[in-house]
Amino acid sequence: MRSNNFLKNLGLQSFYVGPVILFFTLIMVVPFFLGMYYSLTDWNGVARTVNWVGLDNFQRIFTNDPEFWKSFGFTVRFTVLGVVLTNVVGFALAYFLTRALKMRNLLRTIFFMPNVIGGLLLGFIFQFIFIKGFDTIYNLTGWSFFGLPWLGDATTGFWGITMVFIWHQAGYLMVIYIASLTNVPSEILEAAEIDGASRWQLLRSIIIPLIMPAVTICLFLAISWAFKIFDLNLSLTRGGPFRSTESVAMNIYNEAFQNNRYGLGTAKAMLFFVIVAVITIIQVRLTKKREVEA
Amino acid sequence: MQNRAYTGRTLALEIAMALLALLFLSPFYFLFVNAVKTFGEIMTNSASWPTVFQWENFSRAWSLTRFPLVFSNSLIITVCSVILVGLISAMAAYRMVRYDSRFNRIFFLILIASMVVPFQSIMMPLLRVVNELGLTNTRSGLVMTYLGLGAPMAVFLFHGFVKSIPLEIEEAATVDGCNRISVFFRIVLPMLKPMLMTVIVLNCLWVWNDYLLPSLILQSPGLRTIPLATFSFFGEYSKQWDLALPMLVLGILPIIIFFLFLQRYIVEGIAAGSVKG
Repeated sequence: MRSNNFLKNLGLQSFYVGPVILFFTLIMVVPFFLGMYYSLTDWNGVARTVNWVGLDNFQRIFTNDPEFWKSFGFTVRFTVLGVVLTNVVGFALAYFLTRALKMRNLLRTIFFMPNVIGGLLLGFIFQFIFIKGFDTIYNLTGWSFFGLPWLGDATTGFWGITMVFIWHQAGYLMVIYIASLTNVPSEILEAAEIDGASRWQLLRSIIIPLIMPAVTICLFLAISWAFKIFDLNLSLTRGGPFRSTESVAMNIYNEAFQNNRYGLGTAKAMLFFVIVAVITIIQVRLTKKREVEA
Repeated sequence: MQNRAYTGRTLALEIAMALLALLFLSPFYFLFVNAVKTFGEIMTNSASWPTVFQWENFSRAWSLTRFPLVFSNSLIITVCSVILVGLISAMAAYRMVRYDSRFNRIFFLILIASMVVPFQSIMMPLLRVVNELGLTNTRSGLVMTYLGLGAPMAVFLFHGFVKSIPLEIEEAATVDGCNRISVFFRIVLPMLKPMLMTVIVLNCLWVWNDYLLPSLILQSPGLRTIPLATFSFFGEYSKQWDLALPMLVLGILPIIIFFLFLQRYIVEGIAAGSVKG
């Protein structure tokens, strides 16, 4: 009887959880541990023979890979700026679009719409806008901002990617901030207003502390989007000119699929994982601490 | 939040926001207007309204990219992936909440932890696994990969939702003669519908737009999805804007239409899907 029960339970468990266990193991767990192993080898992706090289790959990354650190620097600068600006823009849109505006719903739709387009297609669209569109606007207006060599050098490449990133992602964060702002109890705000608080004080001392859970999520999302940027980077600049706008994700990709150094590529990818994990954990810890109850 | 009377300041804000919205939309203007211009006109003035509408740009892009084929590839892969991710994740989450064994608790923690692993970190060995399984260059191989990558987030979302469903309903159904399996499919799954919509919507946007993973798994041109076809089309016809722009319009229209029709679900889905941390 007991074993019958056990079998029945095992049957139900494999029926319900089995598929997820199977696919998760095959697609995430196995590759993750294989990756740890490959990062210590000279695997080239094709050959059957894989030689153990110990920590050579990591030593090479740390001592003899300026391109990787250049891409790392690019990614960090881009992430800091991208995360701050998407959150500021996303929050500002949400803040103003929770007012009683007549076109509120239409405006929300418009600001969110870019987000549904994939990064790859978006990058191509903006290649056209930066190259041809800006050129035309420059000829019409003479504003030097539009006459810069857009995407043609490291600085304009960096700002080009950042601007498109904000245009792409701010709407998503806006949606989360709107959901959070609508939950701020209006009695608290009214009470504070009666007590003579200014709009700025309301925002700083009441609204922002109350929406900290949303801030935690939005920072988390923006960091992971920005740090892992690949599609937009690929289609907008391809990392150029002269690999000056190459993100870490793209550096890893090139190492593996262009240089055929899978071993070195996986070593970089493991390092990338550690960095992403550490940053994410620190960020969530820091912002979680500041969450308060209404 | 605040609900005040419509004052002059509100009007000013409304106008400012409307202008900003126009600025947000301006890239679409450039895209759509130039997609129907002749090449010469794109080069001379990309901001003007087209003097001649050259609609054949679209028919050329349509046939050169074999648009019906790539569209149906994208559709098949997206539909299969999102429905299966939704189903297997709902089942797993249901069981993990209702049967709180040590294994299930640990497995749940592993799933959550896996969400910080960047795709690039498992990408290369993953290709090896897909290859060993003989699934390289197949749609089913790609769908299977989406199941593994999409499940953690989906299980997490369902897990929180199942907890809020009272056990009494299932008990009543069992008394009425439902067995352990039909309780889930006939009672629980219908109640999970709001979260199922969220999971489907979030995964649709991801799978439909994904470029990197399909580019690694699918090689034959006949299997290309919209992002893959766009990428190779751009490689071939870069700077031929009278072909590239209509291709981009064709590429973004399906997802924009999808968004405009299902807007409510998408926006609600994002808000509901973001309750984590």
